[in-house]
Amino acid sequence: MSGTTIDSATEIRPFQVEVPEEKLTELRRRIAATRWPEQELVDDRSQGVQMATIQALARYWTTDHDWRKAEAKLNALPQFTTEIDGTELHFIHVKSEHEDALPLIMTHGWPGSVIEMIDSVGPLTDPTAHGGSAEDAFHLVLPSLPGYGFSASPVEIGWDLGRTARAWAELMGRLGYTRYVAQGGDVGAGVTDAMGRQAPEGLIGIHTNLLVPALNGPMPTNTDEERAAAAQIATFRQSGQGYFVEMASRPQTIGYALLDSPVALAAWMADHDTDAYYKIAGAFLGDKPSGNLTRDHILDNITTYWLTGTGASAARSYWEAYGADAPAASSKPLPAPTIPFAFTTFPGEIWKTPRSWVEASYPNVVYFNEVDKGGHFAAWEEPELFATELRAAFTSLRTNGGQS
Amino acid sequence: MSTVETATDISTFTVDISDEAIEDLRRRITTARWPTKEVVDDDTQGVQTKMLQELVRYWAEEYDFGRLEARLNELPQFITEIDGVDIHFIHVKSEHENALPIIITHGWPGSIIEMLGIIGPLTDPTSYGGTEADAFDVVIPSIPGYGFSGEPTEAGWDSARIGKAWAELMSRLGYTSYVAQGGDQGAGVTDAMGRQAPDGLVGVHFNFLDAVPKELLMAALNIRLAFSGDERDELSKVIAVVMRGYIAEMGEHPQTIGYSLVDSPIGLAAWMLDHDADSYGKISRAFLEGQASGNLTRDEILDNITLYWLTGTGASTSRLYWETGRAGKASLKDPPPHVRIPVAYTVFPQELFQAPRHWVKSAYHDLIYYNEAEKGGHFAAWEEPEIFAAEMRAAFETLRDEGSAS
Repeated sequence: MSGTTIDSATEIRPFQVEVPEEKLTELRRRIAATRWPEQELVDDRSQGVQMATIQALARYWTTDHDWRKAEAKLNALPQFTTEIDGTELHFIHVKSEHEDALPLIMTHGWPGSVIEMIDSVGPLTDPTAHGGSAEDAFHLVLPSLPGYGFSASPVEIGWDLGRTARAWAELMGRLGYTRYVAQGGDVGAGVTDAMGRQAPEGLIGIHTNLLVPALNGPMPTNTDEERAAAAQIATFRQSGQGYFVEMASRPQTIGYALLDSPVALAAWMADHDTDAYYKIAGAFLGDKPSGNLTRDHILDNITTYWLTGTGASAARSYWEAYGADAPAASSKPLPAPTIPFAFTTFPGEIWKTPRSWVEASYPNVVYFNEVDKGGHFAAWEEPELFATELRAAFTSLRTNGGQS
Repeated sequence: MSTVETATDISTFTVDISDEAIEDLRRRITTARWPTKEVVDDDTQGVQTKMLQELVRYWAEEYDFGRLEARLNELPQFITEIDGVDIHFIHVKSEHENALPIIITHGWPGSIIEMLGIIGPLTDPTSYGGTEADAFDVVIPSIPGYGFSGEPTEAGWDSARIGKAWAELMSRLGYTSYVAQGGDQGAGVTDAMGRQAPDGLVGVHFNFLDAVPKELLMAALNIRLAFSGDERDELSKVIAVVMRGYIAEMGEHPQTIGYSLVDSPIGLAAWMLDHDADSYGKISRAFLEGQASGNLTRDEILDNITLYWLTGTGASTSRLYWETGRAGKASLKDPPPHVRIPVAYTVFPQELFQAPRHWVKSAYHDLIYYNEAEKGGHFAAWEEPEIFAAEMRAAFETLRDEGSAS
């Protein structure tokens, strides 16, 4: 199967997920052997992930969840690996049948993975089957962040957002794309923002659904809308960022439990933000999923983390991006991107980003919209709405592209 | 059968660990699934894999699981229900008359194990270079949710409530004139007792300035520029303490981290060892180089971790931080009364920060004793029991005289 003349350093190899049955048996054994604490002393999320939620999740995980379905879903998509900058990177690459489709690289975050993005593949690459037109089509590239999912874990420090962004540009180059756009939320927004600042050749615009600069410094608080968003950030900082501080400062310490205990991993991942937590709790306790955020999809993602054993390496990405001891801590951020910037505010996101903050952060805003549903995991929860946003966000860049 | 009222009954307590529990622990340790090692050569990404693997190897292969039970059962242990929670405590009376009763409170990630080494020097000073006049009757309780104490089943067990329970405990034991001591979370409890000033409490000693977050830190943040260079260094250490990942997580979402701590022994061990750089370095050298700092030996460290594991208290111990955070916020609006009783303070040189005398003085007006010990860190009583005991003797000397005079 080798014997090709392609340079092994830039070779792109097909990839399939094949998890041995004993790994699944071992996972079920560990879940069944879970030693549980007493339940929390409050009636809400204020002490963290509630026992009723995590126990319902654990029960469903061992009795109903079928990893093989997730595996088949992944393997139905063209997946590849290629080594970039010393790290073997995994990605899904789906070419649209439509000519002139716009190439798009979309980056997941924590505690996400390519699982978040795979239900957007249809609407984005095959728009005519999903209420769009041929002109809405994208060629889609969905990489796994270094240290996440099926990408390898970096074995040296320095894989910060900027380095990942450079790897993405290299990846798009290797795939032969000379004009493309990039998109991301959460950590993926950090990578996408960094790509915008680096402005590699070929990158003509970016879209994010999390306003990265609002994490890095104070934003204006002149209007009610701005003050409300600032208050949401303050609430997150006071009551919801334990995971963030721990992963940014001590990723290895928390990594031990994330690799050794499936329930610890599931709880740590479910404890992201209030909106997502209650949606996940609702899915397991009442079987009332919010959109596409179903029990199976949630467990597809958690099981991906478990089977790839990437709790510690994923946590390290926070250390690289935000840790006081990481190399990036002493580097100055690049100036704001001048390439076209598009943003969508999803109402359930940690804070509801006002247009004014977007305009204060990026000089060349070509698109801003506020939609009526969806939260932090927007692509996952509302894939059709998300795809509609990306179509609208990048329309003007396609037109310009045709002219140039 | 007893005529004693149930609610105030004090029962003797014996630790009884089942073989199954130990077998289960061993199995979990030996089947642990490990992450790839950290990608740095130091502890800046947290507990290092090499160190934790050596700890786990020693735990599974060399550590004597019978130690914990045997050590504790040599001591008089009791349980009594206070305010709805079973409180476990060690109570060792000195043979010397006029011994001064003292209640000593551990912290996180500590337990009564930290305090076992000071029992001899405190209760039996003549065998440890002291005199009869140095003797203490020692009471060492387990904080609610820790060790063999019961877990609170309702929110509200903050330092102040624990402080009140301790006063009730001392009163049940018949002590009418006693002192209290604490570091770490134990300093929070002891500080609360000082403010409550229950009948009989004649003085307190700290080896950690818990009052900093409550009183000094807020003031200091506003007048930072007024501090000298050295003090700014200490202050930035204080702020760094508050900003630690474990405090953020346990203070916000103790239940979430609780699942890790109760289900994974290596997750628990790593989380407990990642307390402060000094103690981490000492523990690391104990396991990797066989060089214990003082009494902080491999067996001592594993006694403590094993106690947390076997009692399954990872979540309930974490909740104390949640309670402390809530109480801290409430106290900003509604500050508790000042401490008016005598306060003694010892700075240990490797503690998280070395509180200058006037910080202590500004928090506690009646500072009767302040000393810098020659060695010891955050777990001072555990690491240097003799020095710690000598500090207790010196700190409370004047209060004994007053006590006997009154």
